Amino acid sequence: MSAVEKVFVEVTAKHDKEGKVRPLSISWEDGRELKIDRVIDVRRTASLKAGGLGIRYTCKILGRAVYLFDDEGRWFIEM
Amino acid sequence: MSRTILHVDLNNCYASIECLYRPEIRNSPVVVGGDPEARHGIVLAKNYLAKAMGVKTGEVLWQAKQKCPGLVIVPPDFKKYLRFSRMAREIYADYTNQIEAFGIDENWLDVTGAEHISGDGEKIADTIRQRVKSELGVTVSVGVSWNKTFAKLGSDMKKPDAITVISENNFKQKVWPLPVGDLLYVGRATKQKFANRAIFTIGDLAKRNVRDLKLLLGVWGETLWQFANGFDNAPIRQLGEESIVKSVGNSTTTVRDLVNIEDVKLIIYVLAESVAVRLRSHGLKCTTVAISVRNNELISFERQGKISTPTFVSGDIAAKAMELFKANYTWDKPIRSLGVRGADLVTADRHIQLNLFKCDQSDRESLERTIDSLRERFGSYCIQRCAMMIDSNLTGFNPKNDHVIHPVAFTR
Repeated sequence: MSAVEKVFVEVTAKHDKEGKVRPLSISWEDGRELKIDRVIDVRRTASLKAGGLGIRYTCKILGRAVYLFDDEGRWFIEM
Repeated sequence: MSRTILHVDLNNCYASIECLYRPEIRNSPVVVGGDPEARHGIVLAKNYLAKAMGVKTGEVLWQAKQKCPGLVIVPPDFKKYLRFSRMAREIYADYTNQIEAFGIDENWLDVTGAEHISGDGEKIADTIRQRVKSELGVTVSVGVSWNKTFAKLGSDMKKPDAITVISENNFKQKVWPLPVGDLLYVGRATKQKFANRAIFTIGDLAKRNVRDLKLLLGVWGETLWQFANGFDNAPIRQLGEESIVKSVGNSTTTVRDLVNIEDVKLIIYVLAESVAVRLRSHGLKCTTVAISVRNNELISFERQGKISTPTFVSGDIAAKAMELFKANYTWDKPIRSLGVRGADLVTADRHIQLNLFKCDQSDRESLERTIDSLRERFGSYCIQRCAMMIDSNLTGFNPKNDHVIHPVAFTR
């Protein structure tokens, strides 16, 4: 089995008047606040690796592309 | 004009969803099963690995385990399944407003006229298949045809993650060789009747004289003959259009066998209350009460009786149910499962024949409504019948909220 983990994270996001959501940063386990530099792609999709589904934000964090999922208000990343 | 109808079936719905959430069990045989402690221990759904080992839906869990060592048993989570069902329907709604559910995991879609926007039936079926797979992470099988019966047949022919097209040109080759039991509404009894008359395949049925079939099965004979020939022209309901409720019922398999009339009374009151609440929320009253009883050897029967005035008062329903029970059960075996149903429904606000000798019902009706609103505000256990306290293990279930999956009526 691959060792992909589902890690729930705290997210700071901006909700605009149209109801659009844009995650701005995530709080990492060690207390660091990681800024999301860019959101590359947004789509509703299942996470086969971590197990679950939601709206997937492909985010650029510290130069790396990370999948950040919003599963009805609970956010997680594939690790 | 010929219609384009899709039947979309989520493959192994419950098991697929559980496997999606738990990648670590994805490569093991998995079944979703009830709680054996509460005596609901049967297989509700299985994945393909479990199926390959011969596990069958409806089997008792220990039997399944014997067939398949290393079987992973997952408890059901109906809230999750309903969410998936809703999300799948949201996807379908992008292509049509005519979506009719058949259970939690199957839907008929009428996409007639959408050709210019989304492509022909097969194209739409393929888009839906891909979208459900990527957005929900489960696979579907789709049948495409010009009527509901063949669309359903098509979705069963190739699974999982597949599309079957049954057109007016190829249905004789594709559908007619299939066993007649595959046809919608042909169950065990009908199949036997057909076998006695040398009707084994759908083609046999289609080629028979309608009048003979009518003599054999009545109106259904003609209906099934129409199904077999592809003359089924039943429309697909619009989204949000509710089917007309014919009866409201609840049943339960109790945590332990019921051994005396006191036990039965408790369960009947719980069920009657739930039936009454649901009747009220639909604005209906029932004029017939039916009970179903199953003993611990799984032998069951149903009895029904009329009540003098239409009612949605739980006390009336329970009293009638008790009366039916006392008149019909001899206690040769303990009881495993009980059901109460209100039928012959009428709208609650219609005029009724007043009874000269019985006191006015409206006080009791408003009392029940008050209880409804109390429960809505403070939870279902804030106000209860005293009898419920006698054995809270037995009565500690809530048929209205626990049982959200409604079975599809066999005949509508």
